[in-house]
Amino acid sequence: MPETTPSAGLVATPVSLWRRAKNWVMTSAAVACVLLVLLPLGAIFAYLVIKGIGSINWAFLTQTPKPVGEPGGGMANAIAGTVLILAIASVGGVPVGIGAGIFLAEYGRNRFGDVIRFTADVLNGVPSIIVGIVAYALVVIVQHHFSALAGGVALAIMMIPTITRATEEMLLLVPNAVREAAYGLGVSRWRTTLSITLRTATSGVITGVMLAFARVAGETAPLLFTAFGNQYWNWKLNQPTAALSLQIFTYAISPFDEWHRQAWAGALILIILIVLSVSAVRVAASRGMLKGAN
Amino acid sequence: MANQALGAPRLPGPQPVEKKNVAVSASSRSVPLIGMRSRPWADRLFYFAMLACGLCVLALVGLILYQLIVNSRLSWHAFGVKFFFRSEWDPVNDQYGAWPFVYGTIVSSFLALVLAVPLAIGVAMFITEMAPRWLRGPLAFTTELLAAIPSVIYGLWAIFVLVPLLRLYAEPWLAKYFGWTSAVTHRFGFQGPFEGPPFGIGMLAAGVILAIMVIPIISSITREVMTAVPQQQREAVLALGATRWEMIRTGVLRNARVGIMGGIILGLGRALGETMAVTMVIGNRPDISASLFAPGYTMASVIANEFSEASGDLYLSSLVEVGLALFIVTIIVNILAQFLVWTVTRGTPARSNA
Repeated sequence: MPETTPSAGLVATPVSLWRRAKNWVMTSAAVACVLLVLLPLGAIFAYLVIKGIGSINWAFLTQTPKPVGEPGGGMANAIAGTVLILAIASVGGVPVGIGAGIFLAEYGRNRFGDVIRFTADVLNGVPSIIVGIVAYALVVIVQHHFSALAGGVALAIMMIPTITRATEEMLLLVPNAVREAAYGLGVSRWRTTLSITLRTATSGVITGVMLAFARVAGETAPLLFTAFGNQYWNWKLNQPTAALSLQIFTYAISPFDEWHRQAWAGALILIILIVLSVSAVRVAASRGMLKGAN
Repeated sequence: MANQALGAPRLPGPQPVEKKNVAVSASSRSVPLIGMRSRPWADRLFYFAMLACGLCVLALVGLILYQLIVNSRLSWHAFGVKFFFRSEWDPVNDQYGAWPFVYGTIVSSFLALVLAVPLAIGVAMFITEMAPRWLRGPLAFTTELLAAIPSVIYGLWAIFVLVPLLRLYAEPWLAKYFGWTSAVTHRFGFQGPFEGPPFGIGMLAAGVILAIMVIPIISSITREVMTAVPQQQREAVLALGATRWEMIRTGVLRNARVGIMGGIILGLGRALGETMAVTMVIGNRPDISASLFAPGYTMASVIANEFSEASGDLYLSSLVEVGLALFIVTIIVNILAQFLVWTVTRGTPARSNA
């Protein structure tokens, strides 16, 4: 800026053309960035709907895959497999995750808590394929089988850190006065934590759980050599199990047009399942079925 | 929560404290409530149960490390450190070297960052500093939606939409206008970056799809650290007569740069470990080529493709060792990133350089 006397500084000096041009260019560049980023997002959803919706029919939702070359068939067993594996993962991952979150929020305001907090963040960053290797070593080798259980264990490991950190964050939002009020009434600490603090934070904790759920629901890499995939129905925990994400992967890299079509349909179903389950829990929470005390 | 079942039946009145105005009416129940305090074992039990959950997190990371080390010992003994610099990967003759995968991982991740960083920062800049207020929430939500799409679906889209686009338009265009670069690289004995037949499938496709996947991470961290820059910084710079861009550059970007770096490194961590989408488009050939059009292989993809059919202990062990290396690298990268983000968002207010 040119030198000005103090009084002249209060009068608006015209901004040079060059600086205004630069401002304009950078603003347009930022807008262009936004458009460029939204483009693939829009394209992915558009393709999912356009390509997927034509292939979803009753057979797709109720039948198992047909052998190569035969038209028709569906992914019913894969949908069921995904539900089974996610159920196992939730049963294992949710209580441990919430428990660790409670520990961090209520007892972990110290060095030891920092260590666990840090480890949870580390676990969050572990590539999913590596979790797969570990589940393979822990479950598959022991059982001598690819199995739904192994897939569930892998996904449970991936859910825990997300839930832990979300639970901790939500519990810390509960004002200390609420805890103190409970202590003042003579309520024991564990009862306060479960019935007062955790209940107050319920909706936030549920959001965290659903985030973790949505994150693992579409995971493929950790299932490749744990759940493995299956062309038929399977409800046994110790048998290889189909999963939607695995099926999409297998079909997408196959050379058959019919399978490509079904891969798109499977992807659309997967997204719909994730959105449906997340919003179902949200609705249940807001209707008061799981509602907290606030 | 087994302790709840243990303790609950004996508790006479656990409900009253659920409503906030019970303090008044609680006096009538004070006797049973005081009675509760004389059961410290329940508190102790609860503490240990929660502690166990917390320790679970510690144990899991330890277990992952332990399993990876134990299961990769065979290959470590056979090849030593050289494992990572040998470029033959020959399951038939039981010869394993991870260099092609290390190379592929580095190149694809680096390419992804080159593409993603400017875009992600641009988006963050627009959302925090330029967009009208009503647009900020929806835009932030939409970009974050990108992070929620499963990676197989990215891969599916990449195979059927991105790869044909690259093959038919982008790669021929790059070869035409930037093909001259190979004249330079040939002097040094390398292929040019835009040389060779445009397959579509290859390193470039992997880089582009990774970039799309990494953008929401980098931009959400960048947004976070930009918001953490005190408002006075902006006002001070504007008061000096700066244009909006000058304000962003000197007042915001400069103060947030350490955190932005952290976001970029976090994005790198994600790109290094990303498996499915890359596996579906990179071509999966353990070759080393300087051309971005050529197929390659990454550490995560080789595990994904070959682990379940690896016959032979040394083969399996080599794959686990690739996994161990990937694990250690991503952990170092993530720790570094978290440290950088933390210094900006939680540390002392960023020093002003404006």
